[in-house]
Amino acid sequence: MVKKILARTYLYMILFIMYLPILVLIAFAFSSNDVISFSGNYNFSFVLFENLFSNTKVAKQIWTAMGNTVIIAVISSLISLVLGTLGAIGTFYLSKRKKKAVEFATQIPIANAEIVIALSLTVMFVFLGTYIFKTKLFSFWTLLIGHVVLSIPFVYLNVKPKLTQMDPHIYEAALDLGATPNKALMKAVVPQIASGMFSGFLLAMTLSLDDYIVTEFTRGAGLLSGDAAIETLSTFIQTSLKKHAVPAELRPLTLFIFLFVLAAVLGLSIYRYHNDKKGVRKDV
Amino acid sequence: MASEEVIISLNNVVKQFDDFKAVDNFTLDIKKGQFVTILGPSGCGKTTTLRMIGGFELPSSGTILLNNQDITLLPPYKRPINTVFQRYALFPHLNVYNNVAFGLKLKKVEYKKTNKKGEEVVKQRHLTTQEIDELVYKALEIVDLEELEDRDISTLSGGQQQRVAIARCIVNKPEILLLDEPLGALDLKMRKEMQIELKAMHKRLGMTFIYVTHDQEEALTMSDMIVVMNDGVIQQVGTPEEIYNEPVNAFVADFIGESNIYNALMTGKEVIKFLGQEFKCLDDYPVNERYDVVIRPEDIILGKPGKGKVDGVITQKVFKGVHYEYVIMVGKNEVIAKSTVAFDEGPVSIDLKPDGIHVMKKDNLSNIFTNLEVNKDDSVDLSDGYLDLDLTQIIKDSSKDEDGYIVTKGGKKFDFTGAKVSIEVPLDKVELTDDTEAGTLVGRIISSIYHGDHYQIVVRCAEDEDFIVETEYTFNEGEEVGIKVDKKNIKVRLKGSVDDYEI
Repeated sequence: MVKKILARTYLYMILFIMYLPILVLIAFAFSSNDVISFSGNYNFSFVLFENLFSNTKVAKQIWTAMGNTVIIAVISSLISLVLGTLGAIGTFYLSKRKKKAVEFATQIPIANAEIVIALSLTVMFVFLGTYIFKTKLFSFWTLLIGHVVLSIPFVYLNVKPKLTQMDPHIYEAALDLGATPNKALMKAVVPQIASGMFSGFLLAMTLSLDDYIVTEFTRGAGLLSGDAAIETLSTFIQTSLKKHAVPAELRPLTLFIFLFVLAAVLGLSIYRYHNDKKGVRKDV
Repeated sequence: MASEEVIISLNNVVKQFDDFKAVDNFTLDIKKGQFVTILGPSGCGKTTTLRMIGGFELPSSGTILLNNQDITLLPPYKRPINTVFQRYALFPHLNVYNNVAFGLKLKKVEYKKTNKKGEEVVKQRHLTTQEIDELVYKALEIVDLEELEDRDISTLSGGQQQRVAIARCIVNKPEILLLDEPLGALDLKMRKEMQIELKAMHKRLGMTFIYVTHDQEEALTMSDMIVVMNDGVIQQVGTPEEIYNEPVNAFVADFIGESNIYNALMTGKEVIKFLGQEFKCLDDYPVNERYDVVIRPEDIILGKPGKGKVDGVITQKVFKGVHYEYVIMVGKNEVIAKSTVAFDEGPVSIDLKPDGIHVMKKDNLSNIFTNLEVNKDDSVDLSDGYLDLDLTQIIKDSSKDEDGYIVTKGGKKFDFTGAKVSIEVPLDKVELTDDTEAGTLVGRIISSIYHGDHYQIVVRCAEDEDFIVETEYTFNEGEEVGIKVDKKNIKVRLKGSVDDYEI
């Protein structure tokens, strides 16, 4: 009984703390007020949506930031996915002692404070730029490297348990049946670890989407921001906060992001449920 | 069934891992269509040998020839050899059909085509769906898995998975099928069934099978030829009958079937003495030398006391269904006998026919270590420990003075520090203790064979130095022991001239 009460309390608290602010934000997306306030009129209108899709400076800034964020998230998590998966497979077939060393090395960035990663990357880029390349390095590429460094360990950690569950001879069996090493990897090993790769990729996306610290330290000019420093959603909000209130147009954007994530999570759940019931059956 | 044509030959194949030799100087010819079993205890290098044939490990030296072509360095996907893995290694994301079709879908066949200019060119194409279908169903029929092609791997029983693994290989029509302890994961009844079925399958397909197992019964049941391995080295190659009836050494005799092994002495032409009695035998070996004899329990003829060659006392009698198993004490020696005749516990006589006695050359009469360097304190480093030596043995009537020099009666002084020596330690002069701190060396027991009244034990120390020890005490295989040798019992031989060390 007590356990049930505890479980329920926990659940409702989480729901309340996590979802209430989002709901409030969504509710105020349909208000024309400049600031979110519970006193005074609600003033229902679609003006914020209109503004978000208008040609105003703020709207442009928001869409630039949004575009940058998505581009960086997709590219960096794809790179992390490939590198992290290959790293996990490579390490899996190493000898025990070497495996431990590599695993220890990949754990450090996870346990480490993000600010340390950001700072050390900055120091490295400054050093390389000053002494080796003789030019300022900060650009889209440094930002990309920063995000990849941030998310690789998470891909690695998601793929590793899938490999441990796998029969280690599967790769050899594929070779034995005539598959070249590349084909053996793609047709025999990757299907076994696909779910780990997928969750690793999602985690990498999430990390990159809302990252602020590493982005702030490693960004330079480029992408949709043109000659100005690359602005992502998190840096944009931070900059606006410094000057005045967050632009009201962000509220409808939040609604869109929330709906998108909700659809993704629901879709994923339905897909999984479907597979569990039917048993996965794919062709070679 | 087996033709005279050699399909695969391994020549002096060696596999060295970081600090140990898994396979040493493996040389073997396998004829086309044979069922060959590589048999040995775990860790003897049999699986490593198989993996080198399959292409998963590259030999450190030596060559492997397939149909007279060197395939030593050929990757596995280019070898016409398929493997049934120990735990099957089926692809869990594919159903039965697609597991079996995996190899076929990758396969390319050559075909001739006339191009626009009217020339005939050889092109490659994948197999058509129809061709694959036909081959897969045929393979599934061979392994008795018809109508299961749509099933998921995870829904199959162990025996069925085993059959899928075999079908997945034979569908590619390999020249050689390798089987790595394929029946290890099955229960006893299933295993017996699969043994018979595998043998039948081999007959039907006419393929060469190379089978690896540690189960001697399995090897005897199925093989045309057995290769017994121990410690990376081939001990004996022969038909099951040869291996069972004429084992070449105590290891093979002990490993294959039950056996009594005794120390024996050749006392005359075809006369050998053991258990305190002389017996007539069929082996004509040099007289007055020591041998091992092997007596299979079923070859012992029991009779009333005084009727046979030797008298003993039955101390234990176990009914085994078809026969009785007796433990008989002859003096200090233990004899295990099997007989369909019932005897009561108590006095009994033993007799043997000449063909029931198998005489074998002794593996080792003493432990010899060569090329050792003498340390300052008259010891030699061996493995990761040391042995104290009595260096006065090198020169007759010498003694050791208080400074540690060897002094002769004539007053000559010698310093043997740094000298190269060989040492010899008799088998029964090595003391083993459970306390690893008590000796000057530490080793691990890797084999223990009972010789009637004592055990012959092989102790392996670091750097692969082996001690062969005769002791009446039991030690378990795998146990860590301390090794102690009294320096009086170590024979020391100096390399080079004594004069080089005079001071």
